[in-house]
Amino acid sequence: MNANEIDRVVKRLGREIADRARAAGAAKDLAIVGIRRGGVHLAKRLQGELERTLGAAPPLGTLDIALYRDDLAEKGAAPVIGPTDVRFPVQGKTLVLVDDVLYTGRTVRAALDEIVDFGRPRRVWLAVLVDRGGRELPIAADFAGARVEVADADDVQVRLVEAGAPEDAVVVKPRRGS
Amino acid sequence: VIGRHKHCLALADFSREEILEVLDLATSMKEVLQRPIKKVPSLRGKSVVNLFFEASTRTRSSFEIAAKVLSADALNWTASASSVTKGETLVDTARNLEAMRPDVLVVRHAAGGAPRLVAENVSCSVVSAGDGAHEHPTQGLLDAFTLREALGGLEGKTVAIVGDISHSRVARSNLHCLPKLGARVRLCGPPTMIPAGIEALGAQVHHRLQEAVRDADAVIMLRIQHERIGDPLIPGTREYSKLWGLNAKKAEEWLKPSCVILHPGPINRGVELSPEVADGARSVILDQVQNGVAVRMAILYLLAGGNPAEAESKPEAKA
Repeated sequence: MNANEIDRVVKRLGREIADRARAAGAAKDLAIVGIRRGGVHLAKRLQGELERTLGAAPPLGTLDIALYRDDLAEKGAAPVIGPTDVRFPVQGKTLVLVDDVLYTGRTVRAALDEIVDFGRPRRVWLAVLVDRGGRELPIAADFAGARVEVADADDVQVRLVEAGAPEDAVVVKPRRGS
Repeated sequence: VIGRHKHCLALADFSREEILEVLDLATSMKEVLQRPIKKVPSLRGKSVVNLFFEASTRTRSSFEIAAKVLSADALNWTASASSVTKGETLVDTARNLEAMRPDVLVVRHAAGGAPRLVAENVSCSVVSAGDGAHEHPTQGLLDAFTLREALGGLEGKTVAIVGDISHSRVARSNLHCLPKLGARVRLCGPPTMIPAGIEALGAQVHHRLQEAVRDADAVIMLRIQHERIGDPLIPGTREYSKLWGLNAKKAEEWLKPSCVILHPGPINRGVELSPEVADGARSVILDQVQNGVAVRMAILYLLAGGNPAEAESKPEAKA
């Protein structure tokens, strides 16, 4: 995906989320939570889109799921744990969890565990830029920019200008070190 | 980087980068402590045993809370209630506890080097919670964390440590930590309480409080232990308090306005600190207590959190 396509896809995701929120009567109680690190910039962009469509910007938070991972024993302690920053009450909100790539579903599982420790949301939706298949848990995206089957040997990388990339791009590359 | 350490026994063993890594991680841990549900599952199924041969409520509780917030199980073993009173040796006690398969042993002992002796004889990780007059590494880390938070960084800052330097493991850990982070350390106290040659660790020695705290960005006041009063080291409480204690008047006249005051606790009110200063606007003493939990969470997480060698080859887990 190139920069233009990513832009179109983000706009479309924003519209879809807004439509569904209106249909569910949740437009006023919407909140967006980006999963660190890939989901954070995407969540910010979606917040902008939703502000345009709904007239008000939904609150934005970030989650770092490092402390909720299920593979600590295999992979060891994470060298860096970024901030989890959820400053709005989660209680009763319709939360949109945002990540760049949906793969095994384990990150989303951890994010769900973490978010319920902040309160009880009314409902949680999952929005991703790319759903690459390969799920290891019964988790599905409510909104996906693109759905493609990618081999396990390959890595889907989302590069955004906010994260220092020269321009927005989604590329598929052979996985490093395996 | 901290992956190369299996134990946390002394800050003398830690490099600048390793200390910074712990402090950065502690920042994230502190955020967990502000949440409505103060619990994360990262160390579920791990156990932490507090092995304390010296009385301590604050440090032991701090380790206990840190373990529990990370979902590890915490068990307290105190010397007075154990078979030590029946004559068991330190190494035997440690080996017996180890047979119960804990992941981390937290050891406090009146003899310097005791945690290292334990570490050499068990296969789990060992954290020192203070050994004799040697070191108190997690206190050194929480002081650095608190100073960094209060001063916005330690590079180029001046920190004065006042009190019984000779018997203070806190001062020793501070000395092995603060200079690595770019701070200048001044030591101050009665000449009988400052070890000869301590300048070699990179500190400046003063005997007058006013000189030691002039333009300092922070002052760490140490506790004067009651058992030292009246022995030849210092003649009496009143004289100590007059010469090396900090009261509101001295603080007002001698400290620069932004200077903060730390104390490892427990405070002898009216001896090293007057109540107005201990409870005043400059005091970050209660922040130290909260930061202590965050720093100990970071240490427990790094030591008990799986195999670090593999962690380095896989910098991030993307799922």
